[in-house]
Amino acid sequence: MSLDRIAGVMQKEMREYRRNRFVITTMAVMPLIFLVVPLLTLFKIPDSATESQIKAAVGVMSLLLLIVPIVIPPVIAAYSVVGERVQGTLEPVLTTPVRRDELLLGKAVAAFVPSVGIAYAIYIVVALSIRIGAAHAVSAVVWHPPQVLAQILFTPLLASWSIWVGIGISARASDVRVAQQLATLAGLPLLAVTALVSFQLVKTSVPLAVGLALTLLVVDVVAWRVVSRMFDRERLITGAAAEPSRS
Amino acid sequence: MARPWFRRRRVGLGWRPVSPQGWAVTAVALAAGIAALTLLHSPARVPVAIAIVAVYAIVALATGGANADAEEPEDGDARRHEPDPPLPEQPPAPPRRVSPTGGPILVVDGLTKRFGERTAVDDVSFSVAAGEVFGFLGPNGAGKTTTVRMLGTLVAPSSGSAVVAGVPLDEKRGVELRQRIAVMPENPGLYLRLTVAENLEYFARLYGVEARADRIRRALDAVNLGARANDPCGSLSKGLRQRVGLARALLSDPAILFLDEPTSGLDPVATREVHELIDGLRSRGVTVFLTTHRLEEAERLCDRVAILNTSLRTIGRPDELRDRLFAKALQVRTGAPLAEPERVFADLAGVDGWSADGAGRYELAVSDARLAAPAVARALVAAGADILSLTEERHSLEDVYLELIDDDVEAAR
Repeated sequence: MSLDRIAGVMQKEMREYRRNRFVITTMAVMPLIFLVVPLLTLFKIPDSATESQIKAAVGVMSLLLLIVPIVIPPVIAAYSVVGERVQGTLEPVLTTPVRRDELLLGKAVAAFVPSVGIAYAIYIVVALSIRIGAAHAVSAVVWHPPQVLAQILFTPLLASWSIWVGIGISARASDVRVAQQLATLAGLPLLAVTALVSFQLVKTSVPLAVGLALTLLVVDVVAWRVVSRMFDRERLITGAAAEPSRS
Repeated sequence: MARPWFRRRRVGLGWRPVSPQGWAVTAVALAAGIAALTLLHSPARVPVAIAIVAVYAIVALATGGANADAEEPEDGDARRHEPDPPLPEQPPAPPRRVSPTGGPILVVDGLTKRFGERTAVDDVSFSVAAGEVFGFLGPNGAGKTTTVRMLGTLVAPSSGSAVVAGVPLDEKRGVELRQRIAVMPENPGLYLRLTVAENLEYFARLYGVEARADRIRRALDAVNLGARANDPCGSLSKGLRQRVGLARALLSDPAILFLDEPTSGLDPVATREVHELIDGLRSRGVTVFLTTHRLEEAERLCDRVAILNTSLRTIGRPDELRDRLFAKALQVRTGAPLAEPERVFADLAGVDGWSADGAGRYELAVSDARLAAPAVARALVAAGADILSLTEERHSLEDVYLELIDDDVEAAR
C-alpha cells in the first residue's frame, strides 16, 4: 500500500468537505445541539441531588456525546463512493493505479479526522465546563476515570464503525440520499449498546471499557476488510457485477 | 428576491432547510425539543432514551441526501463567459505516418464481454503500434467504451486476452497495467469544487508522479491552461474542462492514452482545439487510442481505424478501407454529349469500363486514377470534346462506415 496515495485521497476529500457548505453546516450545527443540552441539564443539578439523579443526568450527557461520532461520519462517509459515481469522478479515479484498499482507507481517514476531532472537542468543552461550573457531585461522576476512559476510547471506535458502514452502503447504493439515510440509521444498534453503558445499566469499569473497545477495534478492522471486498469496480462503473473471467 | 428558508423535497416527504436561517431554525427547534425532554427530569429513563433516539432519527432524515443538491458548486452555473485561452502554437504536424515505426504496444485477441444474455463486445482482435493514433469507430452501443473499460481493467472480459503496454490483461496485474496507461472518459469527471491545479495534483499523487509541481505546470502549459491553474473547475466551460481532462491524462506520461469520445458534446471551436491537441500528441509520439463516432474526426486524426459494431467489422488505414470497399472511378463532364463515347474510352490505359450518367456525364471505372486521368483527357481533347471537369470519385470514411453498418442493419431486419 502507498501511504502517499492514501494521503492524496485524504487531502482531496478534506478539500472537498471544506468547500461543501452542507458538510460544514452539518458539522457545525449538529455538535452544538449535543453541546448545549448536556450543559443545560448538568448545570441545573444541585449539590443536594441524589446519586441516582446525578448518574441519570450524566448518562444522558454521555449518550449525547457518543451520538456525535455515530451521527456525523455517515453524512460524509455515505457520500464518498456513490457521490463520486453520480458526479462522474469515480471512473477516472478507478483508471489510476490506486488500489481499492488505499482509496477506501483515504476516504475513511478523511471522514474520521473531522468527526473525531469535533467529538473530542465537544467532550473537552463539556467536561471542563462541568469541572468549573457544575456542582461538585456532578463533576465527580463526569470525571470518574472509567467514564472518561470510555468516552476517549469509544469515540474513535464508534466513528470508525459508522464510517465503514457508511462507505459500505455507499459502495452498494445508487443514490446519495438513500445511502446517507441508511448509513445514519445503521448506527442505531450501536446507540443501543452505548445507551446501556451511558445509563449504567451495564456497570462501567476500566476492564469493561477496555474489553468493549478491543471488541469494537476488531469489528472495525473486519469492517474495513469486508467493505474493501464489497468494492466492485465493474459494478460501480456499469451497474452489473463482475462475472468470473473464462479466459 | 429573498431566498426561501425551506424548500419542499423533490424526492421524499417534508421540507428541508435551504438557507443558513433555515438550518438555524431547524437546529434551535431540535435543541429546544431535546432540552425540554431532558429537563423534565422524568424518573423513568426509557422515555428520555426513546425521545433522544427519535430526535436522532429526525436529524438523520432531515439531513440525509442534502448533498445530492450540493454537488455543483455555487459558481457552477455562473461560468465565465470570457473567451477560452487559445491553444499554444503547435509545432507543424509531421506528415501522416503511413505505417508507424514502433512494434505493437497493444495486442487484443478474441476479447469478448457479455452482460447476462447481452453480448456487448464479441471476439474482437486487433493490434496497435507504438506511436500510432488508432481510431475505434462505431455507432452508439457498439461496444467501444466497454472495450476501453476492459483494456483499462475497469471491466473484466468474459473471454479473450490482451497485452496492454507490455502487461497482460489480468486483474492481478491491474495496478501495474494502469500505471502505464491513461484513460480520459467521455465525461472528464473533474472535481468541480477543486481548482484545476488541485485536480491535477490529486491524480499526480494517485499515479505516484515525482516532481509533481513541475509536471503539473508542464501538463497545463501543454493545453494552455497555466493561467487558469487556480480557477475552480466548476467555473470552466465544457471545452476547458475537456482540456483539463487531457492535461490530467498526460500527467503520468502514459505509454497508451485512451480517449473515449473526447469531443462529444463540444462546439466546433472546442472540437477543433481538442483535435489540435491530439495532433500535438501525435507529433510527440504518444500512442493514442481514440474512440469516436465522428467519422471526419477519425479520418483527420487517425493513422488506422477499426470499425466496431459489437464485433469488429473492418480495420485498416482510411484509404485502404475505401479501396477495399469501393471501386475507383473517374467522373467526366463535357459541354455536349460525346458522339461516340465507345471509341473515346475504349482501350485507354487504366480504364476498365465506362457508363453514361446523364447527358455529357460519364463514369469511368479505373484501376489507377493517376495513370488513367491524363489518357482520358488526351482522348477527350482528340475527340474535340469540351471538358468541363475530370475528377476522381472520392469515397469518404463515412461511405465506408455506412456501407458496413448498413449491412448490419439489413442483416438485423
